[in-house]
Amino acid sequence: MQPLLINTFTTTTALGRGLTDTLSALRAQRSGLQARSWETVDLPTCLGEVDGLDAINLRADMQAFDCRNNRLAQLALEQDGFMQSVQTAAEHYGRQRIGVFLGSSTSGILSSEQAYRQRDPVSGALPASHSYRHTHNMFSVADFVRHYADLQGPACVVSTACSSSAKVFGIAQRMIGCGLIDAAVVGGVDSLCLTTVYGFNSLQLISNRPCMPFDAQRDGISIGEGAAFILLERADQAQTDDLLLSGVGESSDAHHMSSPHPEGRGARLAMQAALDMAGLQPQTIGYINLHGTATPSNDAVEDLGVTAVFGTNTPCSSTKGHTGHTLGAAGSVEAVICALALRHDFLPGGVGTRTPDPRLHCNYLLTNQEQAITHALSNSFGFGGSNCSLLFSRKRA
Amino acid sequence: MTALQVFVDGIGLYAPGLDGWTHARAVLAAPQTYRATPLQLPSIDSLPAAERRRLGVAVKLAMAVAYDAAQASSADLQHLGTVFASSAGDCDNCHQILESLASPDRAISPTRFHNSVHNAAAGYWSIATGSQRPSTSLSAQDAGFGAALLEAASQIHSNAQSCLLVVFDTPYPEPLHTLRSVTHAFGVALLLTPVRSASTLCGLTISLTQTPIHPMPIPELEAMRGNVPAARALPLLSALATTQPQTLVIEYLQGLNLSITLQA
Repeated sequence: MQPLLINTFTTTTALGRGLTDTLSALRAQRSGLQARSWETVDLPTCLGEVDGLDAINLRADMQAFDCRNNRLAQLALEQDGFMQSVQTAAEHYGRQRIGVFLGSSTSGILSSEQAYRQRDPVSGALPASHSYRHTHNMFSVADFVRHYADLQGPACVVSTACSSSAKVFGIAQRMIGCGLIDAAVVGGVDSLCLTTVYGFNSLQLISNRPCMPFDAQRDGISIGEGAAFILLERADQAQTDDLLLSGVGESSDAHHMSSPHPEGRGARLAMQAALDMAGLQPQTIGYINLHGTATPSNDAVEDLGVTAVFGTNTPCSSTKGHTGHTLGAAGSVEAVICALALRHDFLPGGVGTRTPDPRLHCNYLLTNQEQAITHALSNSFGFGGSNCSLLFSRKRA
Repeated sequence: MTALQVFVDGIGLYAPGLDGWTHARAVLAAPQTYRATPLQLPSIDSLPAAERRRLGVAVKLAMAVAYDAAQASSADLQHLGTVFASSAGDCDNCHQILESLASPDRAISPTRFHNSVHNAAAGYWSIATGSQRPSTSLSAQDAGFGAALLEAASQIHSNAQSCLLVVFDTPYPEPLHTLRSVTHAFGVALLLTPVRSASTLCGLTISLTQTPIHPMPIPELEAMRGNVPAARALPLLSALATTQPQTLVIEYLQGLNLSITLQA
């Protein structure tokens, strides 16, 4: 593929607002996970909550879209000069030449969850103030961002569970590649809701302490929320130190709705496809940001896939101990973490992990490493057997 | 203006009064013969009975149109990539979860939860066919058919492989039905290929346009087109029913439509 520029990006998670907070939390190996009460949740669990969302006011002309998910989207769009960069790109390319492709797993469903608690006792009707279209519908966040930034090109939401906002890079890459657009705002936004907290709890996949990816004692995920946005542009004249999307690999497990293939078959296919698209050998990859959810089976299967493709030397870590599992936003949040690793010559050690599982064989980092790398891979795997691996690179002189 | 060419090798269609492509083709070629009859779906024999029992109408509809489109040609299902789109996925399942979460015990069944992912239909399809090829699942509210067609065409343009496009919508039960009035179930699938073959029905050249859309010629079908996101495909399906060379415009996003030129 023709690499695409990814110099412009931002993320907001439980680690903080924007890149400075995110980078300092990664450098300090600080976790944003806390045992805390949220909404009406009555389960003992740790969450990666973004502070202050209840106090965010949507821009005056965007009030119809008001919900937790779109507040998080607006908060993230306004960090790191991202909106200004998008407006510069819109003036350069034209508003119809910029796509908006975002990933989410639950969109603004929290608004419908709350509305169902306020149904009219006689008619069963939902409160008149509930706007399904602008909040709960899966497309809501892309509709919001497209209007917020006044972009007029193609748009959609990818919703493939926890691979959602990795796969949006593929959509943008294909549409730019065939000339439909010149640039795209890609990313992911997923916010806390009862559906995922009680749903993952029903599958007994939630830990009651901060999650411990790849640890011998790991016992489930911690749910987080987050948003990340990346501006993808043609890289016809890439300069030294530019950051690039260099490969996208996608596959399906064809195995089970909520359990990964036991040999990591789909994961392996996705990683290999990303390498093939980039034309890179496994040994050139300097860091792998694992999907690393911290459930016993997911980490074991990912380890099989990683070691089958890369062997046991490539430095790896999961950053879900920092942010929690941000579900549909995870692919883009972790893409931004890979971009920070490439830009700052820095590999983040995982947090939450004390004793790496001796049955797992990848080179799992427990401490940060200051190291210049040229290529980083990010894995995202979701329910329904949906897999996506992304390859990012820094152009060296 | 960039235009993407693909070829149509198979079509699946189920909606009230449109009972599979063979029947629907005759109706759409003579739209005054349309009669609104209840949705009839064939049984999906390729899934184990235990899996079949867990599936709601939305996933059964998606599977039914997908099989019809794929089996119309000699496509190898195990090596076929897919693009699924739906405004809201399995709306009955979503309603059940919302009711459970509003109840005192908040107990959701694990099956209901994993069926709540927007890519549930795509997941069941890949399990049933054994296909490990990439699959994506989109939502674009009312623009789902246009978004999926654009994605399928750009995939084919990028990788020169066939792609199965599946777009489906079903109504929400109340109380959400009042807020999101999708009136009918509607499922459509197209098997799209990069090159013309013996099974090819016609070619399509697709581009973005701001030209106004083509409506349907009778009120019942125009109401279906306007009230069901997946039915935004109806003007294209009408053209495919006759395969007469023509250019038509279908609805995509606000201010941005898709122009499609059909070559016999």
